[in-house]
Amino acid sequence: MEMVLPFVIGSLYAMAIYMLLRRSLVKLLIGLGLLSHASNLLIFTASGLTRFKAPVIPMTAEQLQSPHADPLPQALILTAIVISFGVTAFALALAYRAYRSVNTDDLDQMKSTDA
Amino acid sequence: MLIVAVISGFGLAFLAPTICRFAKQKSGWWLAILPVFLTLYFLTLLPGLASGQIPALSYEWSKELGLTFAFRADGLSLAFALLVSGIGALVAIYASGYFGNKAPIGRFYLWLFFFMASMLGVVFSDNLILLFVFWELTSLSSFMLIGFEQEREEARAAAIQALLVTGSGGLVMLAGFVLLGQIGGTLELSALLLKGESVSTHPLYLAVLILILIGAFTKSAQVPFHFWLPNAMQAPTPVSTYLHAATMVKAGVYLLARLSLVLGGSSFWFWAVGGIGALTMILGGYLAFSQTDLKRYLAYSTISALGSLVMAIGIGSETALKAMVLFLLAHGLYKGTLFLVTGAIDHECKTRDVRELGGLWRSMPYNAAGSTLAALSMAGVPLFFGFVAKEYLYEAAYKVGAFWISLAIIGALLNVFIAFRVGIEPFWLPSQIEVKPSKHVHEAPWSMRIGPLILGGLSLLLGLFPQILGRSIVSSALTAALGRPVEVKLAAWHGVNDIFLLSLLTLGLGVGLFAVRQDLQRIAEKVSLRWGLDGLYKRSLDFLFTLAGFQTRTLQHGYLRYYLITIIVAVVAITAGGLWRWGGGTLPYLSWDIYFYELGIAVIIVLSAFMATLSRSRLGAVAALGVAGYGVASIYLLFGAPDLAMTQFLIESLTVVLFVLAFYHLPNFAQLTPKRERLRDVFIALITGGLMTIFVFVASGIQIHPTISPFFVENSLPLAHGRNIVNVILVDFRGLDTLGEITVLAIAGLGVFALLKLRLDLRTAKGKKSAEEIAKGGDQ
Repeated sequence: MEMVLPFVIGSLYAMAIYMLLRRSLVKLLIGLGLLSHASNLLIFTASGLTRFKAPVIPMTAEQLQSPHADPLPQALILTAIVISFGVTAFALALAYRAYRSVNTDDLDQMKSTDA
Repeated sequence: MLIVAVISGFGLAFLAPTICRFAKQKSGWWLAILPVFLTLYFLTLLPGLASGQIPALSYEWSKELGLTFAFRADGLSLAFALLVSGIGALVAIYASGYFGNKAPIGRFYLWLFFFMASMLGVVFSDNLILLFVFWELTSLSSFMLIGFEQEREEARAAAIQALLVTGSGGLVMLAGFVLLGQIGGTLELSALLLKGESVSTHPLYLAVLILILIGAFTKSAQVPFHFWLPNAMQAPTPVSTYLHAATMVKAGVYLLARLSLVLGGSSFWFWAVGGIGALTMILGGYLAFSQTDLKRYLAYSTISALGSLVMAIGIGSETALKAMVLFLLAHGLYKGTLFLVTGAIDHECKTRDVRELGGLWRSMPYNAAGSTLAALSMAGVPLFFGFVAKEYLYEAAYKVGAFWISLAIIGALLNVFIAFRVGIEPFWLPSQIEVKPSKHVHEAPWSMRIGPLILGGLSLLLGLFPQILGRSIVSSALTAALGRPVEVKLAAWHGVNDIFLLSLLTLGLGVGLFAVRQDLQRIAEKVSLRWGLDGLYKRSLDFLFTLAGFQTRTLQHGYLRYYLITIIVAVVAITAGGLWRWGGGTLPYLSWDIYFYELGIAVIIVLSAFMATLSRSRLGAVAALGVAGYGVASIYLLFGAPDLAMTQFLIESLTVVLFVLAFYHLPNFAQLTPKRERLRDVFIALITGGLMTIFVFVASGIQIHPTISPFFVENSLPLAHGRNIVNVILVDFRGLDTLGEITVLAIAGLGVFALLKLRLDLRTAKGKKSAEEIAKGGDQ
């Protein structure tokens, strides 16, 4: 799987960036979602993959048996998932509010609203 | 006590606005108490200097950087300090009469005393960096004072010009100071002065010298930086008197005199300092010819006088430095007087055009007296102080050679002309152009008489009895500047010798020039006398604005996607560069071990992401995004991260719901970008994606630092009593991180709530409406 996931990550990044570069605010938000998937997978893959062996100590044992998945990147990604949810929610509300206020979702037309 | 002398001025500056509120028009008299007191204090220090007692003190500031609050009051410092405090007192008194109750004098006095304290700081500093700080503070207060009448555009422009010229000169000088400090191994002035030998033989000597000279020349308005000084005459006259004639512009002269021991003596010094000084002296006098405004006359003659001071320092002999100290004091006295008188004339007659003024001695007898004394001193008439100073200047130049003495004579000649034009003509001769006086001209109030009378009187008194100064201040100033004990004997009369004959010749020729002044003026009007970097200054300022505008328009264009492109391209370039330098040659061994369902999930993720990108329908895109998220969650599940998978499934579901809710209110997808730009974006996206792929390959095989994961694995159960290590890390080992994360979520939630509930537009509309209704109700 180490040979495949980098391509998956690359494609996710490519599509996220393409969407981020759209003029439509709505598409930008989709891009944001793809970007967070790509970044999480990046951390996950870069730290090494181990099949099925979750870093949980069985009730019968005192120590975790090697090999096992690395718990640290998992903790980081878990935080990242939750934060990106917060960001997405806020961005959606902001987009909604912006659209209600200026009546367009074209970012080029929003650039002069403060004038 | 010395530190009190420096600091108290700042204290008074900040108290001044309050004092002015209570003392009103009498505030000048009250505020002058401190400078008078300071003058007396400085005078009491003089006898001690003769016996070698130099007051000095030093407080630590930053030892590692060699910075100290070090102050030292030797003869050279005191000569300048006496000018600063003495003229400061008279100007403070004068200003309250000058402004009356028409101007915000609280603000004026604030900056005036701020300047006085800074200038005292400059002359008493014994540390180069401290000196620099005070130096820039004087530039700052000069800026505030030139622009005092801030509603006038010319005043603002002149203020900015003075600040830019002297301020940037100061920065150049700072570089010179730092170099000098490194060569000499200390930033203490008094210690540096003993190291003249090691500095002048150092390979960087020339660099240090040029950098410091630029600082001194900009401040003291030497060619080619002289252009700011005439423009600075936009300042109220008390300011011009104090800063731009008597004291601040002499800071450069002070610095050169102070450093001549360590930097002087070389032939470069002689030609650069002496030559520029001589050039400035002559050019200043020459440029004055086409003027008719009294203040501009005085400004150009000040440039000329500064030139002669610098020239004397360049020559550097004992006689030359003696001439420098005497001329410094003489110029302060007579030029101060003439400026003050000009202000009084302006105040009473509402004009400063010399052609419109005449016969004022009847209506303004006190100012006429002060002005006449000062003008005679400036012209170098025997028995006046200016004469004594000029005699020594001639003597110094005479000893160097015929070239220099002829330059000195030309410079002095022009000043005789200006002295008569400014100091004599308005009072004793009829005006050229008859102007109907707008009101009956009468003498200025006492506050505006006392300054000219005292300064003009001193110009005569010190000319008759120069030894008052010779024994005390001139001796100790020379001792400080030359670094060896010097006894000075000054006499008003040297008998008839070559120098005296040259003086008489100068005076005669100058008066002759004055006699044909109207013809000169006609000639000068035809050949407009303008020379300087004023045009270059304007062009470079315009260029700066154009550049800034161009830069802002290019970089701050307001298009989100171009900002993003800039960031992305930069990141890609830097990362690619890094990977390139890393070598990228040795990809880690990667197994082809792969199960078919894993491959299936990977394909699903890519395809659904692709769908999310291409879909024309909003719901389709959101659904595809959700599928991609579930795919990612499945990967987590397969590779030993059940917690991640669980979270991702939950969050993904919630996100999809949120998207659908929000998109319900948002418009349909629109295709806004033309095809060419879309192709460009595809290109950027593909490059970035490709780079990230390579990046992951490389990153998977690298472990630079030992990982800390084993610590968590080993201690999870014994220390934290938890078997799910990911959970333990989140809530225990890195609990504070999680607290931060929760806080972020809470803030995001509050933000969402506020965005959804806030109805700014509606509320203001309602507010207006109800206000209108209330108004209507009131009408009924």
